[in-house]
Amino acid sequence: MADISQQLQEQVLQARARGEKLNIVGGNTKAFIGREASAEAGTLNVSEHTGIVDYHPVELVMTVRAGTPLAEIEAVLAEQGQALHFEPPHFGPESTIGGTLACNLSGPARPWTGSVRDQVLGIRLINGKGEHLRFGGEVMKNVAGYDVSRLQAGALGTLGLITEISLKVMPSPAASMTLVQEMGMNEVLHYMNSRSAEPKPITAACWVDGKVYLRLSGAKTAVEATAEKWSGEVLEADAEFWHSVQDMQHDFFAGSDEALWRFSVNSTAANPTIEGDWFIDWAGAQRWFRGAGQLSDMEPLARAAGGQVSLFRGGDRSGEVMHSQPDALKTIQQRVKSSFDPDGLFNPGRLYSWM
Amino acid sequence: MTTKPTISKAELAEKLRGFVDANFVITDDETMKPYECDGMSMYCEMPLLVVLPETVTQVQRIMRVCHKYGVPVVARGAGTGLSAGAMPNKEGVVLSLAKFNRILNIDPLARTASLQPGVRNLAISEEAAQYGLYYGPDPSSQIACTIGGNVAENSGGVHCLKYGLTVHNLLSVEIVTAEGDVVTVGSDGLDSCGMDLLALLTGSEGLLGVVTEVKVKLLPKPEVAQVVMAGFDSVQMAGDAVGGIISHGIIPGGLEMMDGYAIVAADDFAGAGYPRDAKALLLCEVDGTEEEVHEHIAEAEEVFRKLGATSVRTSQSEEERALLWLGRKSAFPAVGRISPDYYCMDGTIPRRHIAYVLSEMGKMSEEFGLRVANVFHAGDGNLHPLILFDANVPGEFERTEAFGAAILKMCVDVGGCITGEHGVGVEKIRQMAIQFNDEELQQFHDVKAAFDPTGILNPGKAVPALKFCQEYRSLEHKQHKHEHTEAAQHG
Repeated sequence: MADISQQLQEQVLQARARGEKLNIVGGNTKAFIGREASAEAGTLNVSEHTGIVDYHPVELVMTVRAGTPLAEIEAVLAEQGQALHFEPPHFGPESTIGGTLACNLSGPARPWTGSVRDQVLGIRLINGKGEHLRFGGEVMKNVAGYDVSRLQAGALGTLGLITEISLKVMPSPAASMTLVQEMGMNEVLHYMNSRSAEPKPITAACWVDGKVYLRLSGAKTAVEATAEKWSGEVLEADAEFWHSVQDMQHDFFAGSDEALWRFSVNSTAANPTIEGDWFIDWAGAQRWFRGAGQLSDMEPLARAAGGQVSLFRGGDRSGEVMHSQPDALKTIQQRVKSSFDPDGLFNPGRLYSWM
Repeated sequence: MTTKPTISKAELAEKLRGFVDANFVITDDETMKPYECDGMSMYCEMPLLVVLPETVTQVQRIMRVCHKYGVPVVARGAGTGLSAGAMPNKEGVVLSLAKFNRILNIDPLARTASLQPGVRNLAISEEAAQYGLYYGPDPSSQIACTIGGNVAENSGGVHCLKYGLTVHNLLSVEIVTAEGDVVTVGSDGLDSCGMDLLALLTGSEGLLGVVTEVKVKLLPKPEVAQVVMAGFDSVQMAGDAVGGIISHGIIPGGLEMMDGYAIVAADDFAGAGYPRDAKALLLCEVDGTEEEVHEHIAEAEEVFRKLGATSVRTSQSEEERALLWLGRKSAFPAVGRISPDYYCMDGTIPRRHIAYVLSEMGKMSEEFGLRVANVFHAGDGNLHPLILFDANVPGEFERTEAFGAAILKMCVDVGGCITGEHGVGVEKIRQMAIQFNDEELQQFHDVKAAFDPTGILNPGKAVPALKFCQEYRSLEHKQHKHEHTEAAQHG
C-alpha cells in the first residue's frame, strides 16, 4: 500500500535526461509477452506502487494503483459480492492490474461481459516527458477528451507508465453451471455461435479435446431453466475447469517454450486447415494454436478468418510477434507513440521492432 | 496550428465538381442554410460550401484536396448532436455522409452488422429484428441519429449500464484520414494487435478521421423486459434506492430518475400515470430470460418498498411498459412545452452525490432565476438537467449558459465529468479547462496531430487551445474570489 508515483516520475525524468531507455516491470509474470525486452534498457519497477485508492461498491467503480496484484483486488471485491467480470488471467500471484491492461488480457467471459479494456474508465499515466497525467475518470460515462485510457490496452506499455486505473466492477453472478458434451471441430463453431445468439445467460463457450463447454451464469432460476433446455452433461467442479482456462493452466497450454499462437478472428470463420492442435475459446473469437510455422505463414490464415494473429508465448521472440500493420496504421501508431514518448523511452521494441 | 486555406471558394468548388456530382457540391447560401447548425441550434455558422460524396474514393479525394489547400473539414451525419460538434467552420467544407445510408450486411450467426456511416441507429435494430437481434446503444435521438455520428460521439442511451456505450459495441471502423488514406481499424475479432486505436477514434468528435464504414456487434433480443416504477418523497430516498438495487446484485437494463418538475411535465405530455405528487421517480427496467426477470422484478419491488417508495407499479404488459417509458422518453419535448426554450446539460457524477448535486442545483436555479427540470440516467450517473429559458428575453441565454457552466463545474468538483454522452464540441470547450490541466490538453493536441498533422479535421472543437484555457481559468478564479468577497460582505 504505497504511492511511489513521485519516485517513478523522477526515474522517468532521470532516464530522459541521461538518454536511457526503460523496460516497465510489474509483477514480472508476463515477461513472455511481446518481443524480447531490450537488453540495453534499465528497469522501471511499478510493483511497489500498490493499493486500492477508492472503492464504492454501490458505484460499481474501483480505483487502484497499477502495481496492485489482481488477487488482492479480487479478494476485496469478493467481500462485497463483486468481481472483475473480464476474468483476467493470473500467471502467478504477482500478476498486476497494470500489466493486465497493458497486455489487454481477459478470460473466458470476455465476449459476453467485456474485456479489461471495456471496463476501464480512467487512468493516470506518466508519459515520456515525465508528466503525470489523468485521463477519463471514475464514472461510467465520460466523453470529454480522447479515450487515452482504453488506448493503452494492447500497447504493452509503449506509451507510458500506467500508474492508476479506474475500473467498472460488477456483482458476481448468483449461480453458475457448465454443460459439457462431445463435438467435432467442424460442428462446434456453428453450435457455439448459435447458442450465443439465443437470449440465454451464457458467459463462456470453449472447445478442447473434442468437447464443448458452455457456462451459464446469472439468476439461479434462469441458469437452471436454460440448462434443462440445452443438451450436455452438467460438469462437476466447473469453477476449477474455467480457472484452468482463464489462467492458461489447462494441459493444452503446457510447455512454455514451444510456440503458442493466438488467433483473434471472426467467431464463425472456418478453422484454418493447418497441422497442429487447437483450443477454441470465446465461442470461436479466440483460438489458440500449437504447431510449427512462422508469423508470415499464420497471418494469411488469420486474415482469411477476418482477424489477426500473434505469437503469444514461446517460439522465436527476436523477430516480430504481432500481426503486421498496414503502412498507414503503422505511421499513425508511430506518431501516436512519439506524441506520448518523444524520446522512445518506454519498452523499446517490445510491441513491434519499429516502435 | 490551423492556417488560412490557400484556395478560394470558387476554385475549391470547381475542383470538387471535378469528381463529385455538381448538384452535390453546394455553394449557395439558401441550400447551405440547413447545415448551419446541428441539434445545438444556439451555435450557428455558415460553411464555405457543403459537399455530399457518394463513394469512399470521393471522400478520399475531397480529403486530399482539403489537406493540400489547408481547408477545414467538418464531417456530418444526421446533425442531431447536442454540443455543436458538427457546427460548420466558416472557412471550411461540411462533408455530409448522408448518402452513405446502406446496411451492407447482417450476419445473424456472427451477430454483426456492417454499415455505412449514414445508417440511422434505430434502422440497425429494425433490420436485425428478423433474426431476434438488436443493436445495444440507444441514444434518445436514435430515430434520426446515424451510426457514424454515434462513433464520433461515443453515444450512449438508457441501457449503458448493462450494455455499454458505442465503444463497447464496435468491431471495426473504416476511416479516411486527413491525408486521404483509407484504413480499417479493428477487425472481425474482438481485439487487434497494438494500441487500441478503435477506442481512441470512438468519441473523437470528427477530429481524427472521417468514418466511412462501421461494423457493430448485435445482441440477442431479451426474452422479456418489465419495468418497475417507484415514486419517492425525496431525491435522496430515490438515490438510496438506486444504490439498493445495485447492492442487491441486480444490473437493470435501464434505470432512470426524474425529479418533481420533470415528472409533472412528462405526465402532462404523455399521460403515463406517473405519481404527480412524488418528488422523485425511478423507472427500473429488468430484461433477460423469463425466469431471471421474474426473480429480479420481485426483488426490485421489495427493495423499493423497503427503502420508502410511496408508490410501486410494475408493467404487466408490453403496452404498459411502453406507456411508462413514453413519459421518460418524451421528457425533453414535454419540458419544451412548458417553456419557450430549454438547454440540455450532460454532466456525469458519482451516483452517491446525486442528492447533494440536485439540491445545489435547486439553489443555483434560484440564484440564476431560471427553472430547471432533471432527468437522470441514474444507473450510470449521467445527469441531464434541462434549463428552461426564453431566447427572446435579452441576456437570458447568456444566463442559461452561465448556469449550465456552473452545473458542469459542480459535476467535476464531486468527481464527475463535463459530458457523459453529448460530447464537448463547441459548447463545452471552455469547461475542458476545468476537467483537464494544460499538460493533459497538450497531450490531446499531440494525439490529434498524429492523425491530422495540419489540423484540418473539425478544428476548434473538443480540445481548447491552451492560451484560451489560461484566460478562462483566471476568469473563473476572479469570479470565485469575487463571490467569496461578496459572501463575506453579506455575512
